[in-house]
Amino acid sequence: MFETLTNRLSSAFSSLRGSKELTSDNIEEGLSAVREALLEADVHFKVARELTDKVRARVLGNEQVKGVDPSQQFVHAVNLELIELMGPEDSALNVAKSGPTVILMAGLQGAGKTTTCGKLGKYLREKHKRQPLLVAADIKRPAAVEQLRVLGKQLDLPVFFEEGLSPPEVCAAGVAYAKAKGYDVVILDTAGRLHVDDELMSEVADIAKRTKPHNQILVVDGMTGQDAVRSAGVFHERLQLTGVILTKTDGDARGGAVVSLKAVTGCPVLFVGTGEKPEDLDAFSPERMAGRILGMGDVVGLVERAQESISEEEAEATYNKMVMGSFTLEDMFAQLRMIRKMGSMKKLLGMMPGMSGLADAANIDESVFDRQQALYDSMTPKERLHPDVIDVSRRRRIARGAGQEMGAVNELLKGFRGMQKMMKQMGKMGMGAKMGAKQKRAALEGMGGSGAGLGGGGLGGMLGGAGDLLGGLFGGKGGGEAPSMEDLQSMMPGGSRPMGSSSTRESALKKKEKARKKRKQSKKRR
Amino acid sequence: MGLFDRLKKRLTHTRSVLSDGISSIFRGGRAMDQALLDELEELLYTSDLGPLATDLVATLTRMHKRGELKGEGDVRGALRSRLLEKLGDQRPLPEMNQSPHVLLVVGVNGSGKTTSIAKLAHRFKLEGKSVLVGACDTFRAAAADQLQIWAERSGVEIVRQGEGADPAAVAFDAVSAGIARGSDVIILDTAGRLHTQKNLMSELEKIQRVVRKCLPEAPHSVWLVLDGTNGQNAIQQAKLFTETVDVSGLIVAKLDGTARGGAVFSITEAVGLPVFFIGTGETMEDLERFEPEAFVDAILATTLESA
Ligand SMILES: Nc1nc2c(ncn2[C@@H]2O[C@H](COP(=O)(O)OP(=O)(O)OP(=O)(O)O)[C@@H](O)[C@H]2O)c(=O)[nH]1
Ligand SMILES: Nc1nc2c(ncn2[C@@H]2O[C@H](COP(=O)(O)OP(=O)(O)OP(=O)(O)O)[C@@H](O)[C@H]2O)c(=O)[nH]1
Ligand SMILES: [Mg+2]
Ligand SMILES: [Mg+2]
Repeated sequence: MFETLTNRLSSAFSSLRGSKELTSDNIEEGLSAVREALLEADVHFKVARELTDKVRARVLGNEQVKGVDPSQQFVHAVNLELIELMGPEDSALNVAKSGPTVILMAGLQGAGKTTTCGKLGKYLREKHKRQPLLVAADIKRPAAVEQLRVLGKQLDLPVFFEEGLSPPEVCAAGVAYAKAKGYDVVILDTAGRLHVDDELMSEVADIAKRTKPHNQILVVDGMTGQDAVRSAGVFHERLQLTGVILTKTDGDARGGAVVSLKAVTGCPVLFVGTGEKPEDLDAFSPERMAGRILGMGDVVGLVERAQESISEEEAEATYNKMVMGSFTLEDMFAQLRMIRKMGSMKKLLGMMPGMSGLADAANIDESVFDRQQALYDSMTPKERLHPDVIDVSRRRRIARGAGQEMGAVNELLKGFRGMQKMMKQMGKMGMGAKMGAKQKRAALEGMGGSGAGLGGGGLGGMLGGAGDLLGGLFGGKGGGEAPSMEDLQSMMPGGSRPMGSSSTRESALKKKEKARKKRKQSKKRR
Repeated sequence: MGLFDRLKKRLTHTRSVLSDGISSIFRGGRAMDQALLDELEELLYTSDLGPLATDLVATLTRMHKRGELKGEGDVRGALRSRLLEKLGDQRPLPEMNQSPHVLLVVGVNGSGKTTSIAKLAHRFKLEGKSVLVGACDTFRAAAADQLQIWAERSGVEIVRQGEGADPAAVAFDAVSAGIARGSDVIILDTAGRLHTQKNLMSELEKIQRVVRKCLPEAPHSVWLVLDGTNGQNAIQQAKLFTETVDVSGLIVAKLDGTARGGAVFSITEAVGLPVFFIGTGETMEDLERFEPEAFVDAILATTLESA
């Protein structure tokens, strides 16, 4: 039912394949695949049509570079249009020149406003050293004030509320209180309201009038359908929205509503909610979102998560091991633990290009890792450092110690060998061996660019490693057979990032794109 | 405002929109052509019908080529009957003559579960039943407080435990208490969960299992609450919740805005679940029986002035 764009395009492009250029005739099929995919991702009908028109213009216009594979150009064009529409990346909130910065949170019922108030408060305190005050201005929903209070208590954030006041009055009083007490951020949690409810829309407009928020944020459910355009349109009319936060993106919704939102409000998407917990708030990345809408995985997210959960030293140590070629079982398990620290395997897989399908299809059983760990635990230190000594009798003993079959030990060792082989090559080349020369450079620079302190090769290795291990886990494919990285790499969202690869034709296209994007952005700033 | 007034208001609203929907496409006596069909497709898509919209328009196109569509009336009739076909007849509510009837309510985060439970409790109470609600959402901040306030408003009993308690234990408690007190209906509120979260989905399974220990035939009903403003993802929700627990019906909340909940057509087709109620507001009274005809008419009336 939910065919991803990647699937659609590959069938649409099978008719394009072989032809050297995109022409007005042969792109229509691809375009209608794009349109259908956008619609299934809940992009609004009109926005989807405009987008496909732009893609048509782009691939037919002078942006086209002769001789580049048409299907690649096509994917590139769709991806770029989406990124351009949703971008630029910008999670900066407006800051008050003097006095507290006021943030108004508004939106439909149940979108996630109250939860996001807590998340934002925590984020501003931890990342920006701010002292936020939460204001409970929802006096309509039963226990809404209590909900914010509980969140405040959990997060150790102060919550302001005063009985008997109207929501605009509570908000005004909250801002005054913050001024008096020296809080430098005030987050206003308002009641959910329908855009067609005039009375309540006037109320929120009144709150804005009285508190003059520096940030007026629309909180939108990531599962929203076509109606996003209408509701956001009215909120934008009645408030001066400055940003959007998209919630509940931790599920499988493609989140196309965000494209519509951007088209309607023109406001930057500041953050995305990725779970119910206070820390589940990520900066919005147009690249990542484009990949998601198009069903191409979330590479950037994976990189960021890796950065956060793995210390520099750990990464450095692994990287050195790789380069030195002295990779042992001990190292492999250290890596595995690092990878697992990044989050559940399923979540991670969903973020890897080409593996999102795998994450859905293979009911990933996290206990596989526990079983592998058990095997590892059953080994002697010598075996861990010198896996070569593991002969048949040692295999039998290891298996028995872990309460498993000997086949499991064989699988594990097979995966290890594949990985070791790859590490050796990586040591020579400095990067994941299973990527082609072009992609290797690209990935190295792309990941290195955003992965401060984390050796590009280190992460690439870890991903490759995960692929290897997984290869072993899913039907014992083992070493180096992770889902066609080559193909996917060229389609992945990161493919549009400035990668500065050598003077291939593809990079000419990218450079051109980059220059164009820059021009556009500088235009927008003015 | 009384019930009658509200209904009247809603109906006039619907009627005025109706004249703007399909009628506006045909305004000025436009003839059927491709452009007109495209507009119809858009009308259907913007109601979240998804790929079904394309199917419907393909059908219309075929009919048009065969000369079966003369004008607005024919188009409206064709669409209406097609859509009604998808929904089938209105399905009767489950008999609740066994006492207690245990109703488990599930759904994604913020879809409208707790509020719908408040509405159901109110409705059952008005029917003369004794109702007990169980606050099995022990995760979200103040979730039990929210349910408790509703319970007090409608005068039904509630069983709750502290935050962080085991939801299945609360369910067990609630069902035992309901049996002991001779309740007619026991409604269990659960925490919102995304259908893709395996561990949380198995928590639901556990609740179902534990409830059965208390009362072998329970839960007699499992209703999934969908947010009517959700798009195509609602189909996934219906599929995955149905795979985990024995969902027997749907409630589509938040249909008092401009969203039309068109995903319901695909859901009915894919998982064959009947829609029992729709939510049309935030008060206890804002729950209406789902009527296929009214629902379809609302879809066909959706205005085109979006974007
Ligand atoms: N999975 C997931 N759940 C979320 C996210 N953000 C919020 N939620 C959940 O969504 C539900 C609704 O969140 P609230 O914060 O109460 O929403 P609200 O907009 O304040 O709701 P009203 O005040 O009733 O309009 C709760 O169950 C939250 O835990 C998210 O990013 N991911
Ligand atoms: N307009 C409108 N709002 C509704 C309707 N049903 C629920 N709501 C509102 O939607 C928001 C969320 O409703 P809840 O009942 O708390 O949703 P829930 O599914 O229990 O949420 P979680 O327990 O956090 O997952 C509240 O603000 C409700 O007042 C409806 O039919 N129409
Ligand atoms: Mg709230
Ligand atoms: Mg609830």
